[in-house]
Amino acid sequence: MSQFRQKILVLYLHTPNLDSHVVAWSEYDGTGKSHATTGDSDQPPYNSVLSAMKDGWRVVQFPQQFPAHPGMEYQTAYLRFEYILEKMEKIDD
Amino acid sequence: MINNDYLLDSKQMADFVADGFLRFDELVPKELNETAHKAMEDRTIQGGRAGLPFSQIWTQDSPMRRIFDMPEVQGIVHSMVGPDPLYDHQAIHIVNAGNHSGQIWHGDAIIDTRMHFDIQFFYFSHDTPREMGGTMILPGSHYRRICETDIARYQNFLGQLPAVCKAGTIMVVHHGMWHCAQPNLTDQTRYMFKLRLNPTVRQVRLWNTDDVDDPSIPSLLSKNHKWYGNDVRLEFVNRIKFWRFLTGNEQFDMGYWLSRLENTPDNIAVA
Repeated sequence: MSQFRQKILVLYLHTPNLDSHVVAWSEYDGTGKSHATTGDSDQPPYNSVLSAMKDGWRVVQFPQQFPAHPGMEYQTAYLRFEYILEKMEKIDD
Repeated sequence: MINNDYLLDSKQMADFVADGFLRFDELVPKELNETAHKAMEDRTIQGGRAGLPFSQIWTQDSPMRRIFDMPEVQGIVHSMVGPDPLYDHQAIHIVNAGNHSGQIWHGDAIIDTRMHFDIQFFYFSHDTPREMGGTMILPGSHYRRICETDIARYQNFLGQLPAVCKAGTIMVVHHGMWHCAQPNLTDQTRYMFKLRLNPTVRQVRLWNTDDVDDPSIPSLLSKNHKWYGNDVRLEFVNRIKFWRFLTGNEQFDMGYWLSRLENTPDNIAVA
């Protein structure tokens, strides 16, 4: 009997527009078939979230947008436009 | 007294403000690299207590003392943190042969809200080809307020930069730089010596400022890093504020970014 495991793709975009280009990315493979690590690719797997959706990835989390906290309007920290996508992949028993 | 010839110039400092690092290829001579490499292999480079004067760390015959007494390196130190800096800490970073996992992205220490800055030297005593690593940095990440491994979910960025270099190369990075060790796919152990220094003086015009009004400075400060995305203009603000801090010129702007925001007139228009 086949079982499914979750693969996670995290795409960070130029803007909140799902068709804007990817500026950073991460992959976590619950099937155990691949083992991504830091610095292992110089080009993103997709150009945008929309491109990934067309290849079967499902968006499971959108970044929320909040106005800047007073006094922190010009401070930067994390990448703000983070989209989490998943794909369920069949594995053999 | 530092010879002006060895100080950094304003264009280099502008690059540092925009990128968060400077790189000096094959700066250390071969004989000294070999001596330092042996000392790292033998674990004979003793550190000291954090906060001691840097001049009190290492004996005169230590290879690290000889490297950091080189006038070229002294010039970098003086330009960044001035005379008589404090020793913060050192570390010999080792990546064993055949290690296929990259270290997680991180910034050192904790959230640091200062405009004042520490510097970290990355010294590579041996050739470091891509298959050996080396240390990966993310140019332009130094103003980001994060706490150490908060950024560990990230794996790859447009513009990430591995330190692929020849023996004797030194990088100096802002304390806020995001970085991670890279896999070592060779059969040789990889070494990188890291040293952090703190300033003891106000960091204003410590470099050779003869070219501080050079017309290329604003464009050097306006460099984009592709991973910024839409936040590049916020990073411009960070750079303008940092350049003002470094030069003491509170009127400095590039483009019109801060001048526009600072325009809050109170005078009443005459009817």
